[in-house]
Amino acid sequence: MINKKVNSVSQALEGVQDGMTFMLGGFGLCGIPENAIEKLVSLDISELICISNNAGIDDFGLGKLLQNKQIKKMIASYVGENAEFERQMLSGELEVELTPQGTLAEKCRAAQTGIPAFFTPAGYGTEVAEGKETRVFNGKNYVMEEAYQADFAFVKAWKGDEAGNLIFKGTARNFNPLMCGAATITVAEVEELLPIGGLDPNQIHIPGILVDRIFRGNLYEKRIEQLTLKKI
Amino acid sequence: MALDKNGIAKRIAKELQDGCYVNLGIGIPTLVANYVPQGIKVEFQSENGILGMGPFPEKGEEDADLINAGKQTITSLPGASFFDSAMSFGMIRGRHVDLTVLGAMEVSEKGDIANWKIPGKLVKGMGGAMDLVASAENIIVAMMHTNRSGVSKLLDKCSLPLTGLGCVKRIITDLAVIDIIKDGFLLVERAPNVSIEEIQNATKGKLIIQNKVPEMEF
Repeated sequence: MINKKVNSVSQALEGVQDGMTFMLGGFGLCGIPENAIEKLVSLDISELICISNNAGIDDFGLGKLLQNKQIKKMIASYVGENAEFERQMLSGELEVELTPQGTLAEKCRAAQTGIPAFFTPAGYGTEVAEGKETRVFNGKNYVMEEAYQADFAFVKAWKGDEAGNLIFKGTARNFNPLMCGAATITVAEVEELLPIGGLDPNQIHIPGILVDRIFRGNLYEKRIEQLTLKKI
Repeated sequence: MALDKNGIAKRIAKELQDGCYVNLGIGIPTLVANYVPQGIKVEFQSENGILGMGPFPEKGEEDADLINAGKQTITSLPGASFFDSAMSFGMIRGRHVDLTVLGAMEVSEKGDIANWKIPGKLVKGMGGAMDLVASAENIIVAMMHTNRSGVSKLLDKCSLPLTGLGCVKRIITDLAVIDIIKDGFLLVERAPNVSIEEIQNATKGKLIIQNKVPEMEF
């Protein structure tokens, strides 16, 4: 069995450079690769293009890379709840490509599975479709969207084994499985790293072939963005 | 009297049909889950990857790995399932989700909807709204009839960047239930003690009034 384990986050991030395109899993702060982001913030790299559904909040997640002005362009579907993001976007410091969420997911999956482009109804007739090829299938309008091309994908799973197999938990799954194998190098961080054979093959969500490096994250704050409780 | 947000949610809940899968947007739509009529079974989908969404958790039971699309902590019901975002939007585009309820900044009499961007000002992004409105069989918009400055949100043509074209079927506001038909906004019901004139004054697009317009029932 091929072993994908690396011993530290530094090793996992070897090769990251200025101007690269990164995919980062997570929805809001749920299921984000906290350890990889923390490390990226400490590295002297900038002019990054980041593909992620959201841009974190001001002081957590991708928001930290934004505060540091390490991101040149952000590709996301929803960027509310982040004042610094809005400021950089409106002032023109930050380039932003807003993409419908399902299209963003599919552009990752297309990259993962060798599909160069696909047609989706999302965004037809809106500014998202401007300059893109459109076609009619069975009387309905569709927009052509292309697969992403990225240098690194940073994903977070609940459990993994040293072969790179991954299992996700709850809604922390979101975009993480779709980014595995969708970039030149996929780095997976997990809360629990088991030896090869430690996971039941029936339960695996992403097979290790889609993961290049795996490590156990040392620190998971797992911050909750909107704590909502049952009213008593 | 005009309805409050819970009133709107309560009226929307009457649209729920037994056995349907429903996606609720952020804001007023989220409240609809509190008013599911007795004897009806529906399943709520949240596009971040859950079917069978349950109520908010008890104190101490919250889980950072279990949220809805509004990033609120939630619970899952027996029989729930989790999936990735491509599967989630696959079931939306594939028309397996029966009803979508979402908010809007503007709706036109052609059924166009704008709810994601105010140029030069508010930039939040469309999230899953463009995928939802492009695909759902049945779309209900839940919103206030006018904006905070008292300007109508029901227009002949949207002034803001569009989220989708000709997709809205029904609008439920604090004042009225309105259907989009070929010629414009058809007034279907009035909120209790709200006059046709009040609704007319708050509607900028073409409002069609046929026969007697009944009051909403809850």
